[in-house]
Amino acid sequence: MNLYDFSSLTQSIHQGLSAMMAPAWVTVTEMVLVGVVFLLFYALVGLALVYIERKVCAFIQNRLGPNRVGPYGLVQTVADLIKLLFKELLMVHKADKFLFNLAPFIVIIASFLAIGALPFAKGLQALDLNVGLFYIISVTSLTVLGILLAGWSSNSKYSLLGAMRSGAQVISYELSVGMSLLTIIIFSGSMQLSVIVDSQADGWWLFKGHVPAFIAFVIFLVASTAETNRGPFDMAEAESELTAGFHTEYSGIKFAFFFLAEYMNMFLAAALAATVFLGGWQPLHFGGLEAFNRVMDFIPPLVWFFGKTFALIYIIMLFKWTFPRLRIDQLLTLEWKYLLPINLVNILVVSWVVLKGWHF
Amino acid sequence: MINHPNKELGGWQLFRKYFSELWFGIRTLLKGLRITSGYFFSPKEIITEQYPENRATLKMFDRFKGEVIMSHTAENRHRCTGCGICEMNCPNGSIQVITRKETTPEGKSVRGLDKHIYHLGMCTFCGLCVKSCPSDALAFGQKFEHAVFNRHHLTKVLNQPGSLLQKEIKAS
Amino acid sequence: MAQTSDSHQVIIGEHEQYTINMGPQHPSTHGVLRFELSLEGETVVGVRSHCGYIHRGIEKMCEVSTYQQIIHLTDRMDYLSAHINNEAVSLCVEKALGIEVPERVKVIRTILSELTRVGSHLLWWSAFGMDMGALTTFFYGMRDREKILDIFEESCGGRLLQSFICPGGLMHDVHPNFVARIRELIPYLRKKLPEYDRLLTGNIILQERTRNIGVLSRQQAIAWGVTGPSGRGSAFSCDVRVHEPYSAYDRVKVNEVLYHQGDTFARYRVRLDEIHESLSILEQLIDQIPEGNDYAVKMKPIIKLPAGDYYQRVETARGELGVYMVSDGEKYPVRVKFRSPNFSNLFVIEQLAVGHKIADLVAISGSLDLVIPDIDR
Repeated sequence: MNLYDFSSLTQSIHQGLSAMMAPAWVTVTEMVLVGVVFLLFYALVGLALVYIERKVCAFIQNRLGPNRVGPYGLVQTVADLIKLLFKELLMVHKADKFLFNLAPFIVIIASFLAIGALPFAKGLQALDLNVGLFYIISVTSLTVLGILLAGWSSNSKYSLLGAMRSGAQVISYELSVGMSLLTIIIFSGSMQLSVIVDSQADGWWLFKGHVPAFIAFVIFLVASTAETNRGPFDMAEAESELTAGFHTEYSGIKFAFFFLAEYMNMFLAAALAATVFLGGWQPLHFGGLEAFNRVMDFIPPLVWFFGKTFALIYIIMLFKWTFPRLRIDQLLTLEWKYLLPINLVNILVVSWVVLKGWHF
Repeated sequence: MINHPNKELGGWQLFRKYFSELWFGIRTLLKGLRITSGYFFSPKEIITEQYPENRATLKMFDRFKGEVIMSHTAENRHRCTGCGICEMNCPNGSIQVITRKETTPEGKSVRGLDKHIYHLGMCTFCGLCVKSCPSDALAFGQKFEHAVFNRHHLTKVLNQPGSLLQKEIKAS
Repeated sequence: MAQTSDSHQVIIGEHEQYTINMGPQHPSTHGVLRFELSLEGETVVGVRSHCGYIHRGIEKMCEVSTYQQIIHLTDRMDYLSAHINNEAVSLCVEKALGIEVPERVKVIRTILSELTRVGSHLLWWSAFGMDMGALTTFFYGMRDREKILDIFEESCGGRLLQSFICPGGLMHDVHPNFVARIRELIPYLRKKLPEYDRLLTGNIILQERTRNIGVLSRQQAIAWGVTGPSGRGSAFSCDVRVHEPYSAYDRVKVNEVLYHQGDTFARYRVRLDEIHESLSILEQLIDQIPEGNDYAVKMKPIIKLPAGDYYQRVETARGELGVYMVSDGEKYPVRVKFRSPNFSNLFVIEQLAVGHKIADLVAISGSLDLVIPDIDR
């Protein structure tokens, strides 16, 4: 049925390792292997996203974007990373040293933890928890802790303002993110990400779930953009108001951590939306078009997964480069007066639809 | 997003107002997205000039004020009489005219230009020297790549070594 | 910022006020302006503006410059309306000498002034979008302003600081392409301006962030001397082009753009409408340039104004620029005073921003369209 099943590959690796060493060591080796793979993946995706963001905004703005380092400027972000690595780590006078150093790591670990639970393809998932969706939501919301710490420990009012804004923002938009995901949990009847993906084999929830799923999708996109402190919701680092918000006082690689974490959070949001609403690694199928479906099956699931993710990332980027920034009170108004009530009503409707069995 | 609740409106009207405003907002946002994504998908609109690469084709306008130059003829003749009007007119003192006594073939002693020193680093390109020059000796050059490693390189002598005054201009 | 963090003070009940320095290095002050903000949480309770970080003593320098040399100094005051500043000084000198410049010069000066105004408003639009967080507007505005700068560069040799209009006329004649290029520019801008409206003006986020924010009443505008588009957003009819026409403004139809709301959005709309208005003025004038090539009247190499004091006001892109000159008959003026629009427009922010959020302060200061070198001179 499925052409590209990675579970046999992972199984064979597991068996190969088991033949060589004791079960405890097998676990350790596999954990190290997975960790290394994810570290590499993290760095690669982070660098690629920075490059993509710069190219996308350049094309929107009638520019060429980075085009000097390497062909089409592909190595530009690597050069930037090297520059950031070599920069001096400044410490603000009277800053809380321990928390100041801790904050970027909290932010980056929070985004790192969540990747493990993403199903990249069938059998290619490090952590298939039965509460996978819940795990991702809870882990990503740790980011705000790091941001708050960064703002507090910097001993700078701009940082503190940015951090407080971010706190208010992330905590309120968490609700919408969770609620919009809840609609799909109701549809699929599971929080396990692999089950959610499997339930979309005959059609994505965005199509199967009628209007409510679409509303939930839009709300998820908006809310997760806000939760990652991006686009029109970049209150926390409002450049024209707070210079750089919570990371005003950070330099060098610690700044790079914040920067990278922001992009990874965006990737996570897009990947989650792709997994939950757009069928994850499932190919696009139309009922009745057998030949078409067969052709779609031949495209590897990784291509599907990353294709959907990057399409969503493009939309999130488009938000950022088009809209003016909201004010903090309008941001909260949008959440509490528009997104949340609509979301609540939406969940009611979804429950009704599922009870009646109206969805496909 | 809109905080002007109208107290007189009934429940149904408020409900409709809420959604019409929401729809209005979404429509305005979509309009903006259409513009930016339209530009994203039309690479012809890109206006970036890739500077060091296009040096061969990059041509400044004729009147571009890049630097002050003194034009010389093929016989190494310039038209500066060393009168010093440009020096007087310059608001920043970026021009120094140094003259010397010259003896004409007829035996008369006249003033001639020794060095026309131009401090490019101080010049504000007001154009008063070029405009006020009575013998049209000065002009604006179109060269604009003036970056140097030492400020002293920006002090230039405009008359070329060994150049002489163009006589026919003086006669007229 | 770290140094000032100890200076917080506790005032009034349980509300704690703290002070924050916005500027002199800050992305949204558009230069080296410094706002000393008193904040309660995010709400601004007091703004004190400190200027003088880019004071170059232009008025004092004018006292040791001949009248021709003053021109290039005025370029550097409000660098976005360089032509109009030049024109102000030139008109003042001509008024003192009783010189009537040729018709052709008048028309060309007016065209250049309007082009400057369009360019300045385009730049303002770009920067205002940046202030509000819409980063793409900056490039669209700059892209279209580039066309105007090209016209300037071709005719005047300079893009930003042209020093083109001088006492007696122009430095030299305009380029033969001048008219053709403007004829191309007008339809181009007319095509692009609706795009601006769709991208930013109509945007619900911008409207919500600017409507009823920083309301400047007409009385306040008059009392503080807020002129230009900022004043006209409060229905203060202060357009010098209409009330005291100079150059060729008496022969064209100038519609003064007035809005009554007085908020940030009104100021925004005044500027965008003024671009349209300037385009229509350009359209009226572009066919009226008299034939010939007289671009200046013959002036003495050293101008000496008769003893006395002279005043001339013009409408720059930011408001009313007044030039006051005192002469004792020598080649240098005794005193030159510029009544710069930005200086008057700046201090009203101390009234407008109180009670709003920091983000609104940025929007208000953006909508006043401040050019800092013009404040300090």
